[in-house]
Amino acid sequence: MVLQWLFDSVLVLALLWLAWRVLDSADLFKAVVLFIAFGLVMALVWVRLNAPDVALAEAAIGAGLTGALLLSALARLNDLADTTNETHTLGRKK
Amino acid sequence: MNIAGRRWHLLLFRWALMLLLLTVAGGLGYALLSLPEQAVGLSEQVRVNMEMSGVQNPVTAVLLNFRGYDTLLEMAVLLAALLGVWSLGAAEAHRRIDPQPVLSLLVGGLAPMMILMAGYLLWVGAYAPGGAFQAGSVLAAAGILLLLSSKRFPVRLMGWPLRVVLVIGLGVFTAVGVTLLCVSGGFLQYPSGLAGALILFIEAAATLSIGVTLAALFLGGRPQAGPYR
Repeated sequence: MVLQWLFDSVLVLALLWLAWRVLDSADLFKAVVLFIAFGLVMALVWVRLNAPDVALAEAAIGAGLTGALLLSALARLNDLADTTNETHTLGRKK
Repeated sequence: MNIAGRRWHLLLFRWALMLLLLTVAGGLGYALLSLPEQAVGLSEQVRVNMEMSGVQNPVTAVLLNFRGYDTLLEMAVLLAALLGVWSLGAAEAHRRIDPQPVLSLLVGGLAPMMILMAGYLLWVGAYAPGGAFQAGSVLAAAGILLLLSSKRFPVRLMGWPLRVVLVIGLGVFTAVGVTLLCVSGGFLQYPSGLAGALILFIEAAATLSIGVTLAALFLGGRPQAGPYR
C-alpha cells in the first residue's frame, strides 16, 4: 500500500517535472526528446489508472509517432533556416 | 516607441497572460472539485449489453459497436488531416543517407516483428486491450523505421495502390454501415450472430488505413509519383 502510494507520487512528480522542462527548454530538440519521455511516463500513469487501452495508445501514438512527427518537423525547420541563410532570400530552393 | 515603453508593454502582457492562466487553472480546479462523488457512468449499461456486442473487450465493444459512428468519424478526420498535409505540396525527395550497419540490421529484424505485433494487437483487441488504432500505430512505426533507414518503397506503389489503402478503412466501414442500413434498417447495427466477424473485418481494414496514413503523415507531403531525385 505504502509502496504503491510512493510509486504513484514519484510518477506524478516526474510527470510534472517533465512537463515543466518541456515548456522551459530553449533547445527545441531537447524539448521534443523530453516530450517523448513525458509520453512514456504518461503511459505508465494510464496503466496505474487501470486504463491499459489508453496506455497502449499513449505509448504508440503520443510518445512514438508524435515524437517522430515533431522530430521530422524540426529537421525541416532547420533545413529551411539553412537555406534562408545560404541564399539570403525567402524564396524556395528549387 | 522607446525601449522603456516597449519593456513596460512586455511586462503588462506577461502579467495579463499570467492572470489569464491562473483564471483557467482556477476554473479547472473548481470544476474538478465540484464533480459528484459517485459519477454515474455508462459502464453498467455496457456490461449488461456485452453479450450482444460480439466481442469480449468492453473498450472494443464501445468503440466499434455501441459508438461505432464516432470511430467512423475519427477515421474520416485522420484522412482529412492527411489530405491537408498533401495539399501543402509534394514531399521533398528523400535525403540520401547511408544507414549505418546497426540501423540496417535493427530495422531488418524489427520491421517484420512489428508487422506481426500489429496483427496480434488487432486480433487480441476482441478479448483484451488492443485494437485497430494501437495496431495501426505499430504498423505506422514500422513504416517510419523503414523510411528512416532509407528503404525505398517501390515507386509504382505510390500512385493509386497507396490511395486505395488510405481510404480502405473508411470505405469498408461505410460500406458495412450502408449495407446494414439497407438490410436491417439501422446504420452500423450489426446482426447479433455476425457482429464479431464484421467488427474484425472493419478493424482489419482500419488498421491498414491508420498505419499507412500515419506513416504518410511522417513523409510530410504528397509522395511524388515520378522517380525520386
